[in-house]
Amino acid sequence: MATTLPPPQTVEEQPRSTHGNGLGGGFRHLAPADNNLRAVKDPAGEPARTGIWVGLSAIAMMFAALTSALYVREGAATDWQHIALPPILYFNTLALIASSIALEVARRRVAAFMRNQEASQSPATLWLNVTMGLGLVFVIGQYFAWLKLRSEGLYLPTNPNSSFFYVFTGVHVVHVVGGLGGLTRVMVKFRSSARSLRRSTIDATSYYWHFMGLLWLYLLFVLWLKL
Amino acid sequence: MIRRKREGPMGGKLFAVVVILIALASAVPVITHTFVGATVAPPEDISTHGAEIDKQMDETMIEAGLSFLAAQIVLGLFVWQFGGRKDGPLKNFPGGAKYLVLAAVLLVGAEAIALGAIGTKAWAKVYFQPASADALPIQVQAGQFAFYFRYAGPDGKFGALHPEKIDEGNSNFFGLDPENDIPARDDIQSGELVIPVNKEIHLMMHAKDVGHSFYVRELRIQQDFVPGLDLSLHFTATKVGKYEIVCTQLCGLGHYNMRGYLTVVSQEDFDKWLKSQSNT
Amino acid sequence: MAEGQVHVAHHGPPTSFIRKHVFSLDHKVIGKQYYGLALVAVFTGMVLSWIMRIHLVWPNSPIPGLQWLSKVGAPGGIVTPEYYLQLMTMHGTLMVFFVLTNAPFAAFGNYFLPIQIGAEDMAFPRFNMMSFWTTFVAFIILVAAFFVGDGPPLSGWTAYAPLSAVGGDSGPGEAVGQTLWGLSIFVFCIASLLGALNFIATTLDLRTKGMTLARMPIVSWAWFITSCISLLAFAVLLPACLLLILDRLAGTSFFIPSGLNVSDHLQPHQGGSPLLWQHLFWFFGHPEVYIAILPAIGIVSHILICNMRKPMLSHKAIIYCMMGIGFLSYMVWGHHMFLSGMNPFSALVFSFPTLMITIPATIMTLIWLGSLYGSNLRINSASLFCIGFISMFVSGGVSGFFLAQPSIDIYLHATYFVVGHFHMVMGVAAIMGVFAGTYFWFPKMTGRMMSETLGKWHFFLTLIGTYAIFMPFHYLGLAGNVRRYSAFTDDYLVPLVPVHKFITYAALFTGAAQLIFIFNLFYSRFKGAPAPDNPWECTSLEWSTPSSPPPFDNFGGQHLVVYHDPYQYGVKSSTGDYLMQTSPERAGETP
Repeated sequence: MATTLPPPQTVEEQPRSTHGNGLGGGFRHLAPADNNLRAVKDPAGEPARTGIWVGLSAIAMMFAALTSALYVREGAATDWQHIALPPILYFNTLALIASSIALEVARRRVAAFMRNQEASQSPATLWLNVTMGLGLVFVIGQYFAWLKLRSEGLYLPTNPNSSFFYVFTGVHVVHVVGGLGGLTRVMVKFRSSARSLRRSTIDATSYYWHFMGLLWLYLLFVLWLKL
Repeated sequence: MIRRKREGPMGGKLFAVVVILIALASAVPVITHTFVGATVAPPEDISTHGAEIDKQMDETMIEAGLSFLAAQIVLGLFVWQFGGRKDGPLKNFPGGAKYLVLAAVLLVGAEAIALGAIGTKAWAKVYFQPASADALPIQVQAGQFAFYFRYAGPDGKFGALHPEKIDEGNSNFFGLDPENDIPARDDIQSGELVIPVNKEIHLMMHAKDVGHSFYVRELRIQQDFVPGLDLSLHFTATKVGKYEIVCTQLCGLGHYNMRGYLTVVSQEDFDKWLKSQSNT
Repeated sequence: MAEGQVHVAHHGPPTSFIRKHVFSLDHKVIGKQYYGLALVAVFTGMVLSWIMRIHLVWPNSPIPGLQWLSKVGAPGGIVTPEYYLQLMTMHGTLMVFFVLTNAPFAAFGNYFLPIQIGAEDMAFPRFNMMSFWTTFVAFIILVAAFFVGDGPPLSGWTAYAPLSAVGGDSGPGEAVGQTLWGLSIFVFCIASLLGALNFIATTLDLRTKGMTLARMPIVSWAWFITSCISLLAFAVLLPACLLLILDRLAGTSFFIPSGLNVSDHLQPHQGGSPLLWQHLFWFFGHPEVYIAILPAIGIVSHILICNMRKPMLSHKAIIYCMMGIGFLSYMVWGHHMFLSGMNPFSALVFSFPTLMITIPATIMTLIWLGSLYGSNLRINSASLFCIGFISMFVSGGVSGFFLAQPSIDIYLHATYFVVGHFHMVMGVAAIMGVFAGTYFWFPKMTGRMMSETLGKWHFFLTLIGTYAIFMPFHYLGLAGNVRRYSAFTDDYLVPLVPVHKFITYAALFTGAAQLIFIFNLFYSRFKGAPAPDNPWECTSLEWSTPSSPPPFDNFGGQHLVVYHDPYQYGVKSSTGDYLMQTSPERAGETP
């Protein structure tokens, strides 16, 4: 029962053609009758991966717009007053980077389980939890950064530097919370009895999460440079 | 498969006639400068830089007008000839897409570059050259919903502006502080822009509250007021007369009513007027 | 499929009423929902424009009933100056966002893109449903502005700062109304981004076997290019709206400089840049107008090819031109700001690509005209609106040629010339594209034909009417008639009022003509003649569905295989003079 793995069910793949994506529009959810995707070799080209790149371009564009707003605003008046970045930001950065590393480990553990190379879900679950925990540490840490600024009398409207600080970090953290939601979804699907986590789902969620980390490094650099 | 009864050519021929008539009718007011009894053309140009702008407009009108007429007529003719045609022999336009693409790129490209290049001269005259050193400086302040003008007075200096001191009830439109600010004491405020003819004016633009814009059709000038920015215009009027200044940037409910008058007078009349203003 | 396997569809067919018609995951239902929303928005926007035009020429005549919409804005039915601007702002906002971004792109695109590429639905059906309902929420927030505080904002759809940013001091509607506007557009941006994401992923990943990108119909290309533009454009408007809301509510100074005395209140902000708002807004705003026109270009090309019974002279040219326009659209935003106080040298920099956009636009026009030559153009309502589109596209385009030159713009900026230009291209040409699409695709969407007689009347009255309205706008502009005025009291404007009267009559006439379309639409839905599966004998995949309207998963479980591009017209085949994309037959010699 628990010691032997059931033999993987055969899945007939669509013949690959030279045109289109070879699988027929949308007909890619070939699955065994019991819906257990653990045995299914994941077909390529799933839209979740394309979709996430598209979404990340939009997010990148949005921050590009905010960056140019920062530059224009700086040049528009002489009231640019440098603020000291709260040191906790650097700790939060480490937490976010660590969470990306944890996510990569988690991904590999998930793949091992889904490919029947690993019998237990526990390692993957652990690393996913670590990822989310570190993400939560980042979010809470950002909140502490805001508290620090407030304690120095720097609120949203105080001066343009503080305004941009709150806007940049605020918009970023909103997206990080969204990423935490995505990771939760991955966890739920993974641990469901149907084991209905698709590779493309966890891939897309991971790209998003790593992008949030890279974006944060960029934002930190801009904040350090300009504010 | 049920074949729908195809429509005959009547709709196509009607289209052709309508579209060509519309095109020709549209051209008439441009040539005659009248439409339903009203004169629809730019007014006489009284500026020193306007001639190039008008020439540019005329050239563009000819090229755009000819392209417009040609396209509509060709469209009408082709639809007349081929609209509703049942099972006629299909043929391709001679040369196919190649020559059309080439024509578009070369002709339109050349036209666009030419107009763009020529237009830079007129633009540069207005915007790249600063006002000359002996231009008469006048400040204009735009606020909801009027223009006010300020002359520097005999000392040739403008007093500082203090927005918190603006008091329209007491005619302190600019927020001047004559008690503490000596240059402000002889500044002349006016609701009318009076200028001498054939003299370059350096108009310094200040916005009191929101965005406005300064437009005098006869002078062929237009420029937005941007709150927080020091912008200016320079121009020379060549003809005596009274001309309307209108606001062209949406500024609130009184936008339609925000106007002033530009009065161009002879140099002697201007000096007399200025003197009379400083005595009041 | 192999044994022991179950095809797990995207989502099973819905059973409950709510799932079928309200919160549906089916792209066809969502497409119709977008169309319905656009219909409500366009009708509202049109009524607003009637009120505006009536007020302009008969300012002292009460408009019956208007006082019930707003006692303050229209006491006794007479529109106040501020209310005119408030109606104008809502007119523009509704039309640009909720009509022109919705109807040609979200409505028809959602319905037909998946079918045209052989997919059973969009890539992300739940996101799709969210997109529509988010758009709907944005609509509700916007319309709420009519009924709260002192009404909608009066700063125009362009909402320039600081007029839009300082709050209630700058005018009626600028308190709550403007905040609702900002919130509505913020939400709209999110909805549009989700929609664009869906379109892109669907086009790239869900094409059926044999459907290469080159074999996609031109209109699918148009939707794809539009969604790419949309993605990057709305991503800029979103933070702009956020910053505007922060300036208004949180006391920041992104757009508000120091020292402003508005209505005797010294504004507490400092250091902001009104030009920053303009840059952010127009960086979105210019691509937005191409988002409005490109799908119409695609729809018109698609319908013309079918009705001409002959391919275009070059499809690649049209597709490359659409891409070129999309690319160039990001380089020209400053042409809205020639006189804004930005560096005058930038004006020349922006003018050059603006003039260059003329080239792909001309190429497309010449190809359409050249393709008409030697064709067997069928004349029906759909094809009439297509050739009407070409006429209007040319007319609206040539006036742009004037405005692209900064020196000429000195005279024409902010006059009715500009208003005429953008109404011809966006308000008429793009809408003609939507009409063409409606007449063309109605049989597929409903299984019934629309009345051709009513359609022809609708077309000719609209063609003549819209020219009668908008051509005189250009004459007014040449006379220097300033725009966004609620009354014409200036000395030089009074003699132009007869022109405005002519326009108002034309507007009311054309508005009435649209009732023919509304009647046709609803009557034919229930009583129209039953339509065959492919009444236009068109080759693309939407005409290969087993029924009209198509079944839940578009093709009844079939995995289509595509053998041809969609331009097989004028060929000898067993079906007549065309070959469906799904037909394995090879074309005989061209007759």
